[in-house]
Parts: sequence; structure tokens; C-alpha cells
Amino acid sequence: MSGFDKVVTSYEEAMAGLEDNMTVIAGGFGLCGIPEGLIAQIEKMGTKGLTVASNNCGVDNFGLGLLLPKRQIKKIIASYVGENAEFERQMMSGELEVQLTPQGTLAEQMRAGGAGIPAFFTATGVGTPVAEGKEERNINGRDYILEEAITGDFAIVKAWKADRYGNLVFRHTARNFNPMAATAGKITVVEVEEIVEPGELDPNEIHTPGIYVNRLIKGNFEKRIEQRTVRSV
Amino acid sequence: MALTREQLAQRVAQELQDGYYVNLGIGIPTLVANYVPEGMEVMLQSENGLLGMGQFPTEDEIDADLINAGKQTVTMATGASLFDSATSFAMIRGGHVDLTVLGAFEVDVNGNIASYMIPGKLIKGMGGAMDLVAGADNIIVTMTHASKHGVSKLLSNCTLPLTGKGCIKKVITDLAYIEIKEGKFHLIERAPGVSIEEIIALTAGELVIPDNVPEMNV
Repeated sequence: MSGFDKVVTSYEEAMAGLEDNMTVIAGGFGLCGIPEGLIAQIEKMGTKGLTVASNNCGVDNFGLGLLLPKRQIKKIIASYVGENAEFERQMMSGELEVQLTPQGTLAEQMRAGGAGIPAFFTATGVGTPVAEGKEERNINGRDYILEEAITGDFAIVKAWKADRYGNLVFRHTARNFNPMAATAGKITVVEVEEIVEPGELDPNEIHTPGIYVNRLIKGNFEKRIEQRTVRSV
Repeated sequence: MALTREQLAQRVAQELQDGYYVNLGIGIPTLVANYVPEGMEVMLQSENGLLGMGQFPTEDEIDADLINAGKQTVTMATGASLFDSATSFAMIRGGHVDLTVLGAFEVDVNGNIASYMIPGKLIKGMGGAMDLVAGADNIIVTMTHASKHGVSKLLSNCTLPLTGKGCIKKVITDLAYIEIKEGKFHLIERAPGVSIEEIIALTAGELVIPDNVPEMNV
């Protein structure tokens, strides 16, 4: 690599430095917009004891669900889980620690983490199990709880297009948590469908500037659909 | 007769107004989209990052990058916009969504709602529900009035872990339209052919019954 060129050519290189017990932030909503190849690489590396922050945890044998059979995830911070049997089994048996977090709070925790804001007050979760153990404050007559930001040793992100400098464009609802995740990793690795030369993307249309991106790899995506729903014509 | 799921969605749809931005939860709330009154424009918000959700795609239109919050494949309506999850929840938490419709397991006389967890049984998570109930002023809860075994879901105190505290003012069930104020349920309308006695029998929390309780128009 030289200068601002973020492109790496192997998954080994993309995930180099990931070690046991690290925290990984992952983009994606369900199976939409997930860095498929980077997750597969973590499975291959066999890294253990990971804390993963991601909206969901994949399904059996796909997405982050790939990291479950070998018990690579110690703790998951997510808003909605249990779309897979192995996850449920590990959660119920206590092998996997699950920190259920409201979706908007999780997105904001990643955003804050990347933006240098250590914590923020939100009304979300007041009076619920989410508020337990958290500082509460009344501001202008309404109760709020203090939520701390999330940062990761690694962030793994899926984008649609990138230039070699790591400027990113996302597509449709595959954007979801990816832009926030990209800002919150000490090392942010992005897997994309297409890499172009700097100058080829319109600067007006870049969603995530390359400053947040450390490594970039072109992937091949299966893009599995969880709920294939069609209308009859 | 208790309302069918479709009739329930139809009744909720009568609460829509032209120009509303609306977030519909999973299940019965999703069906509300099928009953938007003719000539009325509403824009559906899907919290995974889409404002202006269209109908389900044809086989040819299916796009794995375009799903709704229930992870179903969808399309975009004319004038749609796409954004990230933090922006999506800024809309929700910031009170910019005009109407939120969501399901629940239990609602109580103090406007508390439990909808995301049954300890030891169902622990899938709250998704965006806690943000939605905390951020919206205009929320309609849709659910069946009682369980299959006849256990009321309209209680004095929720028994399950809460999704939100003191945030629910309107509940539309298969039996009744109920408003919550001053620590009581107030019966506003009843489903066609459903007696007030039936509703009383299946409402565990204190229920105020006015002299006149019209039937719903469905």
C-alpha cells in the first residue's frame, strides 16, 4: 500500500491483526449489507472471545452466524437476534452473552464512538430493563438515560462502490449501520462490489469519506435474502 | 364479532391523514398500508433506512439490497429517500414521524407497553420498538384484546419487561378502540356486534365506559 491507496488483495491482509478478545463492529441489517467475505475470514482465522456489535447476528451458517458454531463470539451487542437455532441455544445456556440494545441507541452509540462523543442522553429505554444500572437525568421535564459510545478494535463494513482512496458509496437499504460502523473502528476494513480509480466517483455523492477507511477489498457477494416477498401480478 | 386482522388494519387506517409520515411495525400494522384511503398520500418509513416504502416487488424487481425492517423484499415509492440507521432513528427519536403503529403483548392503564420479551420463552430483542415508542407522540398499538386462552392484554400493570413507560394513549384491538388517560382505559368504540359486557370481561385494567359507545365503521 502507498499513500492513500487502501486496497488490499487478500482477506488475510484485510483482517491481519485481529486477535482473540477484540471488539468488532459490523455493519448490516439482517443479511442485507453485510461484509460476507470478511466474516468468512474471521471464521477461517478462528479468532475467539470476540465482542461483536451488530444490529443482528446472522442466521445459521451465514453472516455472523458463521462465528457461532466454534464459539468465536463471547458477547454480542445487538437489537434483534435469535433468527438462528445455534444462537438461541448458546444464549439460553449462557455460553453467549447477549446485550440487547435498542436499534436507534446502537446506531447512535456507533456514530458517537466514531465522532469522539463518549456518551449521550436518550429517552429510549427509560423505565425498561435497558435503563438498569445507567445514569438517569431529567432534562426540561423529561427523563433520559446515559448511553455510552461504542468503538471497536476493528470495524467490518460492506459498501457498494469505493475508489482506491476508500471513499464509499452504499446502495439502497444495504447502507443501514455501515456508515456508522465505518467511523467507529480503530481499523476499518471495507468489502465492496466494485473498486474504481480516485476521481471516478462524484465527490457530491460519496456517503463515507476515505479518511475513515483503512483497508479495502473487492468481494464476491451471495446477498442472501431472508424474507423473499413478492406481489402477484 | 371480533375484527379480523384485515378489519383491524382497516380501522387503524382511518387514523391516517394526508401528508403523514408513518412507521408501521411488523404483523397487523404492516397490513395498514393496504387500506390507505383513496386520494390520500402517506409516506411509509422503514427504520432500516428507507422513507417512501413501496409495495412488494414482482419476481423481476426483487433486489437483495432493498428490504424493509421485517427483512422482506420491498420496492421504493416515487419520491423515496435512503439513509443510514443513525439518520433513520434521528427521524424517529426526534419526533419527526407523524404516526407509529406497532403491536404489543400487554398495555396497561398508565400507558406502559410490553412488546419485546417473554422471559425464558421469547428473547429476540426490541429492534427499533423502544426508540419508536420513546420518540413518537402519536402511537397506535394494535393487538388482540385477549390471548387465545381469554387472558386480557389490557392490564392494571404490565407483567412483562417494558418496551416503554407511559407512552401509549391509543389502543385498537379486535374488540375495541380504547384511549388511555389519567390512569384508566376509556372505551371509545366497539367492534361491530361486540357487546360492552364482552369488552368489560376481557379488560383487566380499570375501564371507563361512556353512555354512548358507537360501533366501529369497518
